[in-house]
Amino acid sequence: MPTDLRRPTLADAHLGAVPVAHQFDDFEQQTGADTFGMWLFLATEILFFGGLFCGYSLYRNLYFDAFTAGSHLIKVKYGAFYTVLLICSSLTMALGVRAAQLRRKNSLTIFLILTWIMGAAFVFIKLRYEWYGDYLEGLAPSLNWAPNHESMEMIQHFHATVPHVMLFFIFYFVMTGLHALHMVVGVGLLTTLLIFTRQGKVTGGNYNWVEIVGLYWHFVDIVWIFLFPLLYLIGGRYV
Amino acid sequence: MYMMWLNFPGQPPQASTFSVEWDYLYYFLTALTIFFSALIFIVIFYFAIKYRRRDKNEVPPQNEGNLPLELTWTIIPTLICVFVFVWSAQLFIRASSPPASATEIFVVGKQWMWKIQHPEGPREINQLHVPVHVPIKLTMTSEDVIHDFGVPAFRIKRDVVPGMYTTEWFEATETGQFHLFCDQFCGMGHSTMVGTIFVMSQEDYARWLASQLNSKPMFVSGERLFQQLGCNTCHTPEGKTGVPPLEGLYGSEVKLQNGKTVVADDAYLRESILGPEAIVGYPPTMPTYQGQMDEEDVLQLIAYVKSLGPSGERKATKQ
Amino acid sequence: MSTVAVEATPTLPEVHYLNADYGWRSWLFTTDHKRIAWLYLFAITGFFAVGGLMATLMRLNLVEPQGLLMQPSSYDKLFSAHGLIMIFFFLAPSIPTVLGNFLIPIMIGARDVAFPKLNLLSWYIFMTAGTVFMLAVIRGGVDTGWTFYTPLSTTYANGHVLSAAVGIFISGFSSILTGLNFVVTIHKMRAPGMTWFRLPLFIWALYATSVIFILAMPVIAITLALIALERVFHVGIFDPALGGDPVLFQHLFWFFGHPEVYILILPSMGVMSELVAAGCRKRIFGYSFVAFSSVAIAAISFMVWGHHMFLSGQSLYAGFVFSALTFAVAIPSAIKVFNWTATMHKASVSYDTPMLYAIGFIGLFTIGGLTGLFLGSLGTDIHLHDTYFVVAHFHYIMVGGAIMGYLGGLHLWWPKMTGKLYPEAWARFACLLIFAGFNLTFGPQFILGYMGMPRRYSVYPPEFQVLNVMSSAGASILALGYFIPLIYFTWSAFKGPIAGPNPWGAKGLEWTIPSPPPTNNFDETPIVTEEAYAYGPQEAHVG
Repeated sequence: MPTDLRRPTLADAHLGAVPVAHQFDDFEQQTGADTFGMWLFLATEILFFGGLFCGYSLYRNLYFDAFTAGSHLIKVKYGAFYTVLLICSSLTMALGVRAAQLRRKNSLTIFLILTWIMGAAFVFIKLRYEWYGDYLEGLAPSLNWAPNHESMEMIQHFHATVPHVMLFFIFYFVMTGLHALHMVVGVGLLTTLLIFTRQGKVTGGNYNWVEIVGLYWHFVDIVWIFLFPLLYLIGGRYV
Repeated sequence: MYMMWLNFPGQPPQASTFSVEWDYLYYFLTALTIFFSALIFIVIFYFAIKYRRRDKNEVPPQNEGNLPLELTWTIIPTLICVFVFVWSAQLFIRASSPPASATEIFVVGKQWMWKIQHPEGPREINQLHVPVHVPIKLTMTSEDVIHDFGVPAFRIKRDVVPGMYTTEWFEATETGQFHLFCDQFCGMGHSTMVGTIFVMSQEDYARWLASQLNSKPMFVSGERLFQQLGCNTCHTPEGKTGVPPLEGLYGSEVKLQNGKTVVADDAYLRESILGPEAIVGYPPTMPTYQGQMDEEDVLQLIAYVKSLGPSGERKATKQ
Repeated sequence: MSTVAVEATPTLPEVHYLNADYGWRSWLFTTDHKRIAWLYLFAITGFFAVGGLMATLMRLNLVEPQGLLMQPSSYDKLFSAHGLIMIFFFLAPSIPTVLGNFLIPIMIGARDVAFPKLNLLSWYIFMTAGTVFMLAVIRGGVDTGWTFYTPLSTTYANGHVLSAAVGIFISGFSSILTGLNFVVTIHKMRAPGMTWFRLPLFIWALYATSVIFILAMPVIAITLALIALERVFHVGIFDPALGGDPVLFQHLFWFFGHPEVYILILPSMGVMSELVAAGCRKRIFGYSFVAFSSVAIAAISFMVWGHHMFLSGQSLYAGFVFSALTFAVAIPSAIKVFNWTATMHKASVSYDTPMLYAIGFIGLFTIGGLTGLFLGSLGTDIHLHDTYFVVAHFHYIMVGGAIMGYLGGLHLWWPKMTGKLYPEAWARFACLLIFAGFNLTFGPQFILGYMGMPRRYSVYPPEFQVLNVMSSAGASILALGYFIPLIYFTWSAFKGPIAGPNPWGAKGLEWTIPSPPPTNNFDETPIVTEEAYAYGPQEAHVG
């Protein structure tokens, strides 16, 4: 087979024997396909969240007062904390990708563990404290929907109606819930990646696995960057 | 079975002013379809016969394409499309703008029947009596799922959506009986949610209205409902602080709390009664009446408020 | 005039993908794209049979105005299941997962798709979805129509809406993964020298389809998730009584739903280009126009969803925009039809079955496309909306277009897939039967629609009977037409004469390798040096 028509392969040049699946000609084609596949998957994800963002925009426009009131009923301190947490985790993830490219196994492990901790903390705090708190306050539609006196005062303060505030909370739970589900998947991916790293598979050649998981991780963070102001900061609320 | 073939169907009755206009565009599009389909068919069959494969190994001379030809068959269909678009958009605007003089009739769809009320009071189910040569505007809403009020003989159709008012209009040109169909799938009884439109001469219609005993004009029923529900405790003719006067409200401009201005029409009044805090421009002191009345009651109340304006020829009832 | 050599006495290769391995494990755990294509072929043939049987029962019921067979509620469940099965479990997967799976790697000179395991996973997801959905049908069915309109589906319908929606939800992920696999394969796996403008037009069409899979399927997935949420928790997203907007559902649904229609027809257009090129032994006239029209259709298809909602209470101006964009999507389709027709000019037109399907497709698609103008025009849509005119129109596209393309493609590549020939006379007869039966079934429905007969009616006024009887008679001919290929294809797989690598004398990488192909497709990665459909020297070049 005349190989001169092919692009030179990184695999041949640097890594020696790296497993290449039978359908690919070389390592570079394989990594290119893997990364491109993840980009396409993220395109699907954008549209997946997109449907919810559309519904959210429509109702926010129709019932702005209710959405402002709803936004004042959820705890902005959590939202702000998550934002800091996720931005930091994006940084450690990016440093992890760098460490993988330089084939530094131990620093890669450290960065992956740091990212893992921040991701897991996000999920834990959200479920245990934020959502559970909302539930106890009677702000969980259908499960426990009985806004207390303070909540009712807030709703009246914004001239909002209770059913429309409930609509806000549906979008709040569905959108952050879908995002949290993605975080859980991300933490699972990080766990797998950590195992492979310790087995030496990642720094042994498949460093693009870190890049692919990193793409996913950054995407989930970016979704949060949109969710935070849309849900927590309606009506110029900063405290 | 034999009779069936005698009355081979070809065209639905043309029984409204709009049906004539609509059919012209339909004929045009049909002619267009037949012309282009025939053109393609003839050309294909001609090529298929003339250039049939005569030898199993033959390869014809190759031809890459032809830019002027490509542009021709891009531009000509585009021009036809623009022409059809403009024509059909005009038709749609006409179908969507009832004349100001139109008589209003109210329609409420419900699984699986049409409940209709004339402003003079008579109520009908799955039947609609209308006078010929009078523009009729239908204001429609649904109690449950989405329905669709379609009358093939008039070439009109519009979805009947819960939670909002939609309208359509027609002016019948022929007396007789015509089909009314629900065109939006609405559950098990969808195909039985049909009815009959009776188009009558104007004298017959007047006689029919007069024969409908026990019916009061809608605004009278609305006035009674207004008192029964205790609306008149706050909405007094003198006006209370923070309570909007109802006289002259209908058709006037109202400033909302978010600063926007809307016209107080049917939809505004419906929203104000059922979900008051949401859109009206007043402090939310009025309770919501959602669940306490059905769509027909709302229509009576609107008819009552309407009767108080715009010039306030009638006065709201005193407590 | 140059010639091609058609082999005189072909032989079967000793080892090929069908006999390389034996046993059910070698099929159910295969990652060979060609074997996965067969897995899909068996699955969707089953779904097509079930959906077709339902259509037959519906047409039988409509012979009598009062309904010959069943209660309205049974009829509702039949047409709902018929639509959902045909769209999600037959038409959407048909050409992409059977012909696309088999041909994309071969046509671009690759050994397999980019992610073979993902490809197998897609099939398992598809089968899971099908099982969940069929269980919902068996347990009592769903009675909302394939459109799941709210608030009917969320509050009022009694059927198994939830489990049916879960089935469709899962099937969406199968399509997404297939689309993703195809796009990566076409981008990254092309053989040396296989540039974008040397790709067969089938690949262009499937590329456009795959992009729609990736971008439209997630929207229906999230929309169905909202339906499920609303049905379980009654939270009011689409319930006007709680402040929700039932029409929002229609926006979300049709944002997916109209691109979905192009998922069904674009692959068939791609097959058409191959059928016409092989049947005429000519390069497709205006290759780049046909290629870009696929991309244009895919792009515009995301901006026309509102034309399903002209009468649903959306604003007049939204109606104008959606109507204008709908006309815009008609133009690329017209361009394709004209270019296929022009390809036949001075060609060597064969009367083999694939070309007969191609000719049938062009005719039926022309009618289907032009009658679409009636519905995309704001004014004419008023009267025709939700009548049998709509039913006839989209069946001309879906059955007259998509299924004719699928069957035509199956006839063209059957010798490649099995290494065997089918009986040509029977195939031609079945094709003519399908064409005649189809027109008799759906032609009268245009008139029914103009007369005003609404769709989804199980009983109807007596004056519509004659047209309904004609339609039902046509449906029985159509059913027979679909049954014949099933028999002769099965026969030919076992007893058919040996086809040889290139029985049609056609161009394309798939015809350069043995039939059936070896497991790895190519012993050596091919190097492509010529355009697609290079049957001979070019006479003129487009400017």
